[in-house]
Amino acid sequence: MAERSFKKEVQQLRIPAGEEFRGEGILAITKALLQSGVGYVGGYQGSPISHLMDVLADAKEILEELDVHFETSASEASAAAMLAASVMYPIRGAVTWKSTVGTNVASDALANLASGGVTGGALVIIGEDYGEGSSIMQERSHAFAMKSQMWLLDPRPNLESIVKSVEDGFELSEASNTPVMLQVRIRSCHVHGRFVTKENRRPRYTLKEALANPRRDTSRIVLPPASFQHEHEKIERRWPAAVEFIRERKLNEVFDGDFEEVGLILQGGLYNGVIRALQLLGLADSFGNSRIPLYVMNVTYPVIDEEVVAFCQGKRAVLMLEEGQPDYIEQNLHAILRKNRVDTLLSGKDVLPMAGEYSTAAMKAGIEAFLKAQLPEALATHAPVAVDEAATTAAAKPKAAAVPITFHPKVKALAEVVPPRPAGFCTGCPERPIFAAMKLAQQDLGEHHVSCDIGCHLFSILPPFNLGATTMGYGLGAASSSAFNVKSGKRSISVMGDGGFWHNGLTSGIANAVFNKNDGVIVIVDNYYSSATGGQDILSSRADNPDRATKNPIEAAIRGAGVKWVRTIDRTYDVARVRDTLEEALTTTTDGPKVIIAQSECMLNRQRREKPLFAQKVKAGERAVKERFGVDPDVCTGDHACIRLSGCPSLSVKDSGDPLKEDPVAHVDNSCVGCGNCGEVAEAAVLCPSFYRADIIHNPSGTDRFLAKVRGAVIGWLQRRRAARLARFAL
Amino acid sequence: MNQTLLHPGTPIKIAVLAMGGQGGGVLADWIVELAEHAGWWAQTTSVPGVAQRTGATIYYLELLPESAAAAAGRPPILAMMPTPGDIDLVVAAELMEAGRAMQRGLVTPERSTLITSTHRSYSVTEKAALGNGIGDPNTVLDAGREAAKRLIALDLQALAEQAGSVISASLFGAIAGSGALPFGREAFEATIRGGSKGVEPSLRAFALGFEAAAQAPAVPAAIDTRRPSVTVPDHAAHPEVQRLLGKIKAEFPPVTHGLLVAGVRRLIDYQDVAYAAEYVQKCAELRALDERHGGTMKGWALTQAAAHRLAVAMSYDDVIRVADLKTRGSRFARVREEVGAKADQLVYTTEFMHPRLEEICGTLPAGLGRWLEHSKTIGGFVKRKMEHGRRVQSGTLTWFLALYTVAGLRRFRRSLLRHEIETAQQREWLGRVVRLAETGDYDLAVEILHCRRIVKGYSGTHDRGDKRFAALMQAADELAGRAQAAATLHKLLEAAMADEQGRELDAQLAMLLRHHAAGSPPMARQAA
Repeated sequence: MAERSFKKEVQQLRIPAGEEFRGEGILAITKALLQSGVGYVGGYQGSPISHLMDVLADAKEILEELDVHFETSASEASAAAMLAASVMYPIRGAVTWKSTVGTNVASDALANLASGGVTGGALVIIGEDYGEGSSIMQERSHAFAMKSQMWLLDPRPNLESIVKSVEDGFELSEASNTPVMLQVRIRSCHVHGRFVTKENRRPRYTLKEALANPRRDTSRIVLPPASFQHEHEKIERRWPAAVEFIRERKLNEVFDGDFEEVGLILQGGLYNGVIRALQLLGLADSFGNSRIPLYVMNVTYPVIDEEVVAFCQGKRAVLMLEEGQPDYIEQNLHAILRKNRVDTLLSGKDVLPMAGEYSTAAMKAGIEAFLKAQLPEALATHAPVAVDEAATTAAAKPKAAAVPITFHPKVKALAEVVPPRPAGFCTGCPERPIFAAMKLAQQDLGEHHVSCDIGCHLFSILPPFNLGATTMGYGLGAASSSAFNVKSGKRSISVMGDGGFWHNGLTSGIANAVFNKNDGVIVIVDNYYSSATGGQDILSSRADNPDRATKNPIEAAIRGAGVKWVRTIDRTYDVARVRDTLEEALTTTTDGPKVIIAQSECMLNRQRREKPLFAQKVKAGERAVKERFGVDPDVCTGDHACIRLSGCPSLSVKDSGDPLKEDPVAHVDNSCVGCGNCGEVAEAAVLCPSFYRADIIHNPSGTDRFLAKVRGAVIGWLQRRRAARLARFAL
Repeated sequence: MNQTLLHPGTPIKIAVLAMGGQGGGVLADWIVELAEHAGWWAQTTSVPGVAQRTGATIYYLELLPESAAAAAGRPPILAMMPTPGDIDLVVAAELMEAGRAMQRGLVTPERSTLITSTHRSYSVTEKAALGNGIGDPNTVLDAGREAAKRLIALDLQALAEQAGSVISASLFGAIAGSGALPFGREAFEATIRGGSKGVEPSLRAFALGFEAAAQAPAVPAAIDTRRPSVTVPDHAAHPEVQRLLGKIKAEFPPVTHGLLVAGVRRLIDYQDVAYAAEYVQKCAELRALDERHGGTMKGWALTQAAAHRLAVAMSYDDVIRVADLKTRGSRFARVREEVGAKADQLVYTTEFMHPRLEEICGTLPAGLGRWLEHSKTIGGFVKRKMEHGRRVQSGTLTWFLALYTVAGLRRFRRSLLRHEIETAQQREWLGRVVRLAETGDYDLAVEILHCRRIVKGYSGTHDRGDKRFAALMQAADELAGRAQAAATLHKLLEAAMADEQGRELDAQLAMLLRHHAAGSPPMARQAA
């Protein structure tokens, strides 16, 4: 069960042709796939396209009605290999993942696919995780398109254009027998917009038909001599076919402007930002009318020489706006202009940043610099958005502040107080106690080398835990410790999540460690879901999932792989136990990898499951006990050692209210879910007795009430007695 | 080609800054609903990513009238991200996020309305500090007054809780109340009603946010960050207590009355009136010392420091104290209130106790305690028994009586080992204060009193504090008679609170040694 349900939203996939769709980008892409008669869809979740996978999962019924097969692939490699169905058969297939990381994983299959070529349209929808909000290394997927010769679409970021490019993508793929990559940026995935729908189409040719009439053609298989032939095909047949299709169908767009002696060339994805930048310079309006001519590349690979030449001819200078580096397109344009003897000056990364996201501000600065040098009069026209002053309808808006307020001393002073907000473990997260225990184990046995992995557990590298030296990729936590396979006083510790484990960690990490007799310690964090990507089910999930085979224990898998020393901890909140198990693993004399499987359910998912049930129980008048934690402010001395071992959002601080205690005391707010970590840590680390767990009994039974009466009578009397003494001496 | 025709119409630009789980997405969706219902184009984008896991994130919206699009004959092209200096409405779901918005240049004096909740959700770095790491909220308001065209600062979290709802609803209300958007209150409320769950609480929170924003002052006042001050009563019921109060009023300068009263209160509560009298007596001696060495000119800094630190030192946290505090009726009531238990619900608390051998011995008569500490056999046995913590159900008769009895040991406290250790420490500490004051190091003496601040907590935490304190005292002796002695010791105290491992303190002490060859080597070692 994924974190966010799209059950309601997916109904939009049914709206009849000609009606207006309003919603999120990923939902629009799903609709576009159905409108294109896709036959099968696969992929691997990861921001920014996690929701695309969730939408498809929730759209099961609709997909089945249309004979569309949807699969949650084990990895991006599996997803890419899935496209093999479009090699011999005229079936349209689409897969999706987070890029560039996912494309890295998929590239083996993609390269094979691209070499032999496809019959049915093959579309790879990549969520380009670049710029603000990205969680990965900053690279471009562009390089993959170039190296394997796949076409790369980067449509203008409005739903209409994105939907159109899904449809065009399939046709382009079929016209040129080449897989096509459709790149959507982070914000495009989450953008709310509108477009007019078409009819959903059943696949022209179904998978059933394919299985009924198998086909094979060795010339499509990557093996000599065919493999050599493929390269020539790419150049002689597929490239020209693609160029022709792109030109004929005008996939790239030209927008005229009256300043004809200059022009802007841009990736489609940057279009809205460029228009805003021009608007702030007084050269465009809010509707895409620009005084500077634009050549918008909705297809960023291949570059269409003829179109570039046609746009540049007769212009004094053009500016290429290309986000990220290397500047493949700009270099390409230089070559095109030179080969065609066009002497138009080409500007680009000379006035724009070489690296980093192209924010509106960055592009405005670049365009301004370009125009200053090439067409100063264009800037001297009128004040930005002056068109509004002319208009009586829209409210007049003053121009954007020329000098950023950030230079104001009082705003500068904010640097002193505004704290960083690193992402961290959620309230009650079962991974928190694991790293608290690891910190305690290191207090006993000294610092160790810790290799991290990708997943929520990577937050261990941040305060307050500060654990972990490297992270080499999803599922590669254990593999990245493999070099430390030498006799030494200390062992390496590797962390791996259940998501990464099933993605590839079982082989790349566990099997690798067994085979090479690695002596290190591997901690597998089993929280029942692929949590970081939105709580999707995986093989070892405990949930009953009618469409997927769950409940396959990780322990069985690793024992199968030959691990001898395995400890499964079924309650990670038992900090002392986790610490002791870690210490045993680090000191035991047994050879081979020591694997600890630390299991507790992801609290986000657990709360979503249990909260309603609890509420029902209480409503029905049944006895129900709610647990939550608290701190006695008069016992707490305000050292915050507990926080340094926790970092739980619900464990905060507040003024002690005691004039003699100037340091704020720990405080548990009512977002506490009573996971128990606080108490366990305070106990295991011998911190202090300030913490208490409160059991709140809803609808107490008769026995409860009787006991409470008796206890209340005795305890109350004693308490009053002592209170009276204090009252006598009150000051 | 003749000049390209540019059409009028510029979108309203809105940025919402929130933290994961605050419902920033819900708020953004509401604004979209609201605008589309009123016949506007609305676009929202965000970059949640891992920020959903408690990090900070921005939702960006642009709104444009359909009529303008119709006039232009084509759909609007709206930006996907905020441009510094080009935002009309900035909404921050937490005070420091408003600060972040200004740091990013999203707020601009010409046009931005900045609506922020004044409540704080402390960041890990603020919470994890060994002392007080909380940033000054007024820095944000000061900047806001300069950076924003209109600043509305309200505790919208409190209003949301008051309505049994979440902050997104009260923020939505504040937006409506601010009049920053061209939509009527009914339209806002209709949007909430259009939602599925929690409609009524949301509407209540909305109303509270609306009223608060509508009546918000043009310029918000500063946030009061002063600590609660002590009220000095005219007289006390009990004659002995009254005698102490009288002594304080008669013999001590008024600036010290508050702290002294707080100290007396704390010590009566901790032990008894006699103990409080002891405290007042010691303070009186220090006051005399203070006077002899120009305290009048120094605003009685020494007496104030003594009144504060001595009270805390004398009420050291021991097992008896913890048992006492945990078993009080007032505490039972406070817990019920804190967990929001209703009258018909029962509440039981479980305490997580982990006394070590040291604590056990500390609670025994001095002689016996010391014997046990050194006895291999029995001491070792107790140690083993104490390896695991105790879960104490303080609401059950057995455990309550056990704790109540331990608390009752109060009357023997003066004869117990821990007391002997603590009083010895205090004697040495105050001795040093007197010595230095006598030799004219007044400021240093005051700083030494304040150094006691780092001795706090239990078990390991307490030991750590003890070690650091010892290191500081030794450093003080080194510093005696030197220029800037007090200032240097203050720096060392801050260093001692900088990190748990004491790296900063070691570094500073090492520097001190280098600067003054006179310094003695063991200092750095002792800090560890």
